[in-house]
Amino acid sequence: MMYGYAWDLTTPLTYAASILPILLIGLTVTLQAAAAGFALALVLGLVFALLRRSRIKAVALTTAFVVEFLRDTPLLVQLFFLYYVLPDYGITLPAFLTGVIALGLQYSAYTSEVYRGGIEAIPRGQWEAATALNMTRWQTYRDIVIPQMVPRIVPTMGNYLVAMLKETPVLSVVTVLEMLGLANMIGERTFEYLVPLSMVGIIFLLLTLICSAGIHRLEKVLPKAGIPLR
Amino acid sequence: MDWLTYLPSLAQGALVTAWITLASIAIGAALAFAAGIARVEGGRAVSTLALCYTEVFRGTSLLVQLFWLYYALPLVGLSFDPVTTGIVGLSLHVGAYGSEIVRGALNAVPVAQREAARALNFGRVHTLMRICLPQAIVEMMPAFGNLAIETLKLSSLVSLISIADLTFRAQSIRNITLDSATVYTLTLVGYFLMSLVLMLAMRLIERMVRRGAAFPRAAHA
Amino acid sequence: MNKVLAQQPDAASAAAAPVIEFRNVTKRFGALTVLDDFNFAVAPGEKVTLIGPSGSGKSTVLRILMTLEPFQEGQLTLAGIPYHEPNGKGPFRASDRHLHQIRSHVGMVFQSFNLFPHMSVLRNVTEAPAAVLGLSRAEAECRAIDLLRMVGLADKKDHYPAQLSGGQQQRVAIARALAMRPRVLLFDEPTSALDPQLVGEVLGVIRNLASEHDLTMLLVTHEMRFAREVSDRVCFFDKGRIVEEGEPERIFTAPAEPRTREFLQSVLG
Ligand SMILES: Nc1ncnc2c1ncn2[C@@H]1O[C@H](COP(=O)(O)OP(=O)(O)OP(=O)(O)O)[C@@H](O)[C@H]1O
Ligand SMILES: [Mg+2]
Repeated sequence: MMYGYAWDLTTPLTYAASILPILLIGLTVTLQAAAAGFALALVLGLVFALLRRSRIKAVALTTAFVVEFLRDTPLLVQLFFLYYVLPDYGITLPAFLTGVIALGLQYSAYTSEVYRGGIEAIPRGQWEAATALNMTRWQTYRDIVIPQMVPRIVPTMGNYLVAMLKETPVLSVVTVLEMLGLANMIGERTFEYLVPLSMVGIIFLLLTLICSAGIHRLEKVLPKAGIPLR
Repeated sequence: MDWLTYLPSLAQGALVTAWITLASIAIGAALAFAAGIARVEGGRAVSTLALCYTEVFRGTSLLVQLFWLYYALPLVGLSFDPVTTGIVGLSLHVGAYGSEIVRGALNAVPVAQREAARALNFGRVHTLMRICLPQAIVEMMPAFGNLAIETLKLSSLVSLISIADLTFRAQSIRNITLDSATVYTLTLVGYFLMSLVLMLAMRLIERMVRRGAAFPRAAHA
Repeated sequence: MNKVLAQQPDAASAAAAPVIEFRNVTKRFGALTVLDDFNFAVAPGEKVTLIGPSGSGKSTVLRILMTLEPFQEGQLTLAGIPYHEPNGKGPFRASDRHLHQIRSHVGMVFQSFNLFPHMSVLRNVTEAPAAVLGLSRAEAECRAIDLLRMVGLADKKDHYPAQLSGGQQQRVAIARALAMRPRVLLFDEPTSALDPQLVGEVLGVIRNLASEHDLTMLLVTHEMRFAREVSDRVCFFDKGRIVEEGEPERIFTAPAEPRTREFLQSVLG
């Protein structure tokens, strides 16, 4: 019995059907974590990408190091770090929020690279034209660079969203009750792990297939020339 | 300084991490070539099989796969020790992602190269082994480098199926000492250093492959 | 120099049986019909040039002969061998073995050379004789050096394609095709990808081949002066059919068809 749903162990099929509602509750947590984590990664990644282009050498180099460090160390250990170390310094966050921050941090390292590639792909002539029109650096980013960059980076970003989705089960180790956490709990109580684990796998498979198809469509719909922000 | 006393145990864990990572990269690379080549060159049945493998292992979460294998392998009579389970899980994962790299690089070989091979009456195997793969493999190396780092990072998940790798040791020490900041900082630095070494190694391999494929270093017209 | 090339059947028996024969061949790309009821024959040893506007299907003719493209209707034979097998499967309606046999009589020189970038010049020329014909490395190299000498590149044998000029690459490609001793050699605009100052060296090699060997040659080119010099016959090709054909002198000086005249005016200026 969990969330008011009882399991029925008569056959694997009835078992699967009876725990589906429980896992779907876990799915909403998974989706929320991925959505929040990805939003954080998009913002933080952009900040990193811009800082890395800073004219102040120290800022650019420090950012480069931080990004490299985040990218080369495991999400799981970063998560443990946040989960156990922050409270020692008086910052106590709910497990879900800690998980979201960990996901966002890890993936900001990836997204910052995508932004960087996107910015560098803008031809020099565009920057020069903007300078010739006497635009400020900020105006150039807002009106010229980012609008042209967006359609190019959307597919890659989409792939990272899918990748992040598949990493959310890691949050179960810090007691976030997403799908895998629930499946393990069901397993502990019924001594029958394979059905719940298989179901989680299948749900992930469906989810990623749907997301990939969605990204593919989005890629086709987006105007190649760019999207004006205003 | 307490942190010095943590080092021997962490170093032992790091060795386990290194072993699992390297074994998984090696086995995974073999799987990647098999599946990638099957996708491009195989008949309908073979390429569909390879596609299913790729999609299933790319589409379901690695941690879910590891737990699944952990509980499933003993049921089919293979009472694997966790290390084997970890290596099997990671290898299948590397193989699935790597097969996309292999497929992409093979498809990126210009059609004209295949046509020239056909005009010279090369068979399919010869065209693949002598014309397409040598050109494609050079293109694969940077992506395989990233995948190797990815594998090192993901290997931390095997700590959750009770393998005493670096992450597992860190957890144990933290549970005893409650010295979280020190332990996890050391662990993160440990992974970072291992990543750097792995990156360097992949660069060297890339250079060897480039030389093995005998591409001239500098081109002049 | 003759010994480096295949022995050709004697001219008398050849005149009777064409080495290449298209009979009512139709080739479509989806809805687009590129060859429409196409009839065309080439006698052994003959040097034929196809000229015609862009998109008229000249490359398609060569690519069909090289088994790089299948065709839908009609018959095509090479040295008497039909391309389609009676119970052939797949788009080519022939087994791999059958296609292999056909290809053993044909070679092709591509517009963009298509040398193997990861192999040295020597290796490019020896790879196929060794792997496909089963020659020993030493034999293959012997043959390759002769051919490289013939195209004037023996001293470049250890270079890689990227280290050669376009003209040199194309000459290597010609040697590579000849090393398989084909009866028929196809050239698809062999000089179109070259800088103007490099065209001459490649045409020179082809000209020598044409005058000194009884190799059957089918050329597509936009070099009209060259076509006039080397060909026994020029075919003006338009919209998937041969509009007019004949001796080069006549085609270039007194074309009968208005479309031929128009085309020649546009290219000769
Ligand atoms: N793979 C293909 N798929 C669809 N259409 C094709 C394909 N290859 C060629 N075509 C079309 O077939 C027609 C004939 O092409 P082909 O390359 O034979 O012309 P060509 O006479 O060689 O022209 P050019 O002088 O430009 O080389 C063209 O309209 C071309 O667009
Ligand atoms: Mg053409």
